[in-house]
Amino acid sequence: MRPAWSIIFFTTMSGLGLGLAGWIVIGLLPLMTREAVIGVGVVTLALIGAGLLSSTFHLGHPERAWRALSQWRSSWLSREGVLAVVVMAGLAGWFAAGYIGTIVPLWANLALLVLIYATVYATSMIYASLKTVARWYHPLTPACYLMFAAAGGLLATLALLAILGLPITAALAQAAIVLMLSAWGVKFAWWRVASAARQAGSIESATGLAGMGAVRPLMPPHTEENYLQHEMGFVVARKHATTLRRIAVLLGGVVPVVLLFVAPASAAALMLALLAHVAGMFVERWLFFAEAKHVVTLYYEGAA
Amino acid sequence: MTMLPEPSAIKLGLVIDLDICVGCQACVVNCKEWNTAGYGAPLADTDAYGAAPTGAWLNRVHAYEAGEGAAARTVHFPKSCLHCEEAPCVTVCPTGASYKRAEDGIVLVNEDWCIGCGLCAWSCPYGARELDPAEGVMKKCTLCVDRIYNDNLPEEDRQPACVRTCPTNARHFGDLGDPESEVSLMVAARGGMDLMPEQETRPVNKYLPPRPRRTADEAPMSLVSMAEADSPQGFWKWVDSTLERLG
Repeated sequence: MRPAWSIIFFTTMSGLGLGLAGWIVIGLLPLMTREAVIGVGVVTLALIGAGLLSSTFHLGHPERAWRALSQWRSSWLSREGVLAVVVMAGLAGWFAAGYIGTIVPLWANLALLVLIYATVYATSMIYASLKTVARWYHPLTPACYLMFAAAGGLLATLALLAILGLPITAALAQAAIVLMLSAWGVKFAWWRVASAARQAGSIESATGLAGMGAVRPLMPPHTEENYLQHEMGFVVARKHATTLRRIAVLLGGVVPVVLLFVAPASAAALMLALLAHVAGMFVERWLFFAEAKHVVTLYYEGAA
Repeated sequence: MTMLPEPSAIKLGLVIDLDICVGCQACVVNCKEWNTAGYGAPLADTDAYGAAPTGAWLNRVHAYEAGEGAAARTVHFPKSCLHCEEAPCVTVCPTGASYKRAEDGIVLVNEDWCIGCGLCAWSCPYGARELDPAEGVMKKCTLCVDRIYNDNLPEEDRQPACVRTCPTNARHFGDLGDPESEVSLMVAARGGMDLMPEQETRPVNKYLPPRPRRTADEAPMSLVSMAEADSPQGFWKWVDSTLERLG
């Protein structure tokens, strides 16, 4: 599938912002001053909001994007939009309460936490619900999105703790390491499952001509590349998939874990770890799209 | 509204005969012609007269070679929206632009609501939807909804443009919800099939598989025996012999 930059940016940044928000609402990042509330609030909402905003850039008609909030009963994309708007509003209220010094009740924090992870889940289900893309159509896809949101969010929380000059306990740094390793563990499992998840079908079954023997494309249904090939038959990444995976794991997992291990209290080291993680996640997300093959390609090349 | 309606009694669709199609592309061209001037925005092309023209088409004809050696056959394979009963393109739509008509099952796009996110095209296993490069909205086969109910057209023209134009009669239009309709009888007689049934989309359109080829060892009919006149019997035998004698 064609990896649109706006979609990669959206899933990565919103995922990170939502993960960070999840740790904030359960009180992992104490916001002692009004400046801290404003600073952290802006960063969190900007990450989520920038991601959402960028997702509208690939639309044919961005000015109609509000209509996407209407079909939550059937569409995961619509559910994602509705949940994200609710979470953004809830978080804005949460930071406003922090600013005026009101204690947010426990039930509200827990409700926000559930909504935050429901939003990440909805993002992943946009892809995991597509039966036409075998690589995405299994439960490990949402697991990856949820785990990376949690792990990336905790790393961002630690970086903000260090920047605010707050203490980072050894247990917290270890938890961040364990979570990051677990997230990549799930991703490795996903890669295993995905590479085995060949599309159930062949050019013979797709055309219904199996009874006549082997089927080969003879003439394409176009003179130049068509929309379907452009959108569903992206091939550049597959050539370099192994190299790109190594880059993703190195930047997104190894560098952050090593930095967490050697300098868990240094703001500079944690910022570097976070930047490396985000860069690695861009590559991981790019591969997520670029490596995925759509079942319609069976009609074009006999392989999906 | 992108919840699917209750299955309609009338299921309008196409039956495509893979035995007959010769891949002339007339249906493709007439589809483009009608739909660039009819329902919704024009079907745009970019760089139409340049080196790399691209554009949105609602109907495309593949050609395949099936079988090996002397038994191999060319099969021309037209592909357009199958107006599925469980249309995934409808339920994934976030805006309600993509919908299935409750009265006749036609799947349409409301181009005033479509945001052009492309998710419906990703959800369709058949590649039936293409984003219009100029308008930024999703285009798909409308089953020529602006022809089949169009009282301004003579009755014989009230069928989809692809069906009307097909010179070989490989495309048929009708109500596949009525088991007694011509198209349903054709599907029953020829073993009409669904494309990719494992995708569980329950397409309305059906494909008629190529007929089995006749083998060479089938004894041909004797043409000589056909030319031999039957000798008359009874009264005509008497007339024949009498006239013979008189002559």
